Amino acid sequence: MAQRTVIPFGPQHPVLPEPIQLKLTLKDEIVEEALPHIGYVHRGVEKAAERMDYTQNVFLVERICGICSFIHALCYCQGLERLMGLEVPRRAAYLRVIWSELHRLQSHHLWLGLYADAFGFESLFMEFWRSREMLMDIFEKTAGSRVIISACCIGGVRRDISDQHLQETLETLKMLEAAFDKSSEVMLNDYTVKKRTVGKGILPADKAILLGAAGPVLRASGVEQDARQTGFAAYDELRVEPVVETAGDCYARAKVRIRECRQSLDLVRRAIAGLPDTDIAVRPKGRPNGRTISRVEQPRGELLYFLAANGTQKLDRLRVRTPTFANVAPLVHMLPGCEVADVPVIVLSIDPCISCTER
Amino acid sequence: MGLIDIARSKSPWILHFDAGACNGCDIELLACLTPVYDVERFGIINIGNPKHADVLLVTGTVNKRSARVLRNLYDQMPEPKAVVAIGACALSGGVFHQCYNILGGVDSVLPVDVYVPGCAPKPEAIIEGVVMALGKMQEREHARKRGAA
Repeated sequence: MAQRTVIPFGPQHPVLPEPIQLKLTLKDEIVEEALPHIGYVHRGVEKAAERMDYTQNVFLVERICGICSFIHALCYCQGLERLMGLEVPRRAAYLRVIWSELHRLQSHHLWLGLYADAFGFESLFMEFWRSREMLMDIFEKTAGSRVIISACCIGGVRRDISDQHLQETLETLKMLEAAFDKSSEVMLNDYTVKKRTVGKGILPADKAILLGAAGPVLRASGVEQDARQTGFAAYDELRVEPVVETAGDCYARAKVRIRECRQSLDLVRRAIAGLPDTDIAVRPKGRPNGRTISRVEQPRGELLYFLAANGTQKLDRLRVRTPTFANVAPLVHMLPGCEVADVPVIVLSIDPCISCTER
Repeated sequence: MGLIDIARSKSPWILHFDAGACNGCDIELLACLTPVYDVERFGIINIGNPKHADVLLVTGTVNKRSARVLRNLYDQMPEPKAVVAIGACALSGGVFHQCYNILGGVDSVLPVDVYVPGCAPKPEAIIEGVVMALGKMQEREHARKRGAA
């Protein structure tokens, strides 16, 4: 006799570092419906951004998400620079790429670890997080802080990376790549891992587009879209080819992120090799006026800021659209039909960042 | 000190709850568990069940929705227990202190034993916070026993 049960998944769950609640309607072991309940980390950043000075906002938007804080600051600064007509020096643009890609690497390592933990592979989690510490050391060395590095400012970057630190970064990346080769091999080819991920949570390409998926979730379904192709910062010179997989399941999403890690390693090396020797920032003059949209690629997908300024020190409106918000709808579509034991794996496969989503 | 007290103070199990953080503190907290910092060698385990936990680690500001969950988790933990607030947001609300949805720091909802400042605090600081919380927990337990005797 099939019985329907409602199980709350979260807000406090061992797999989730952040609180989100999914109400799962089960028929025996099979999920019939998933209903997300959010609001546990809503802080009201958008409203706070209207109250604060536009230069102070850089520090506020960095704290929308601690995992990709630099990319949030980059998106905000880029929008303001467009409104104020500032030309960012080339060295600053390259440094922005270096820090962005390091953040992407760090974020993907973090995710790969948490993902391994979601299907109970704790030693793989430890392996990824051990290599991630090398990246945290690079941040601490180059920017002075491990998590929220506050390196981006309006008009450029706050600090330069010395030649010695660039060399040390390259050395560290070499070590990182060796470690990454080993652990990603397990993630991709291990029999047990494949059993847990292949064919789970399939999202077909047409559905992905229809539901507005973003980032690796979209690319794992075979859609070629990456905001880095728009050529912000120095991506116009350092061309990026989107990483695409076609299967659309959890395995493909992991594979996209693993391949993106290699791409990021390559990008950091190319950016360091081609680093121009100019100033690192221009001084902002005047006050921002007008409206603009700024797009960048976050580790989780496309991040979009809408800025409305009125010629004073305070903004009229700051609207943030984050990739995880876009990925919640595909997630709700993926879950029905799966077994309850697969729920943590599928939920994590979209790389949920709830603090971005709720702000 | 009884055997159970000794065991508790040597292997505190922690429960982590994000009451509205930006993730910065959360990932630093998770980093404590990984090989470079490895708190497991001190017997510290991150556990998902509040009924097994000794120390509650709270990151982030408390908002109107998470306050109830936080209170609920705290009430489910058995005595003796300690609360550690991690990061500027958990201390006072941090950069979000005037946002409309924010109640303030963790101490607006729960009695906090140890405050770990920083944005985000380094893993070393978090580990020290947990160790300090253990000391306070023991002190309180002694005082309680003296009062009972």
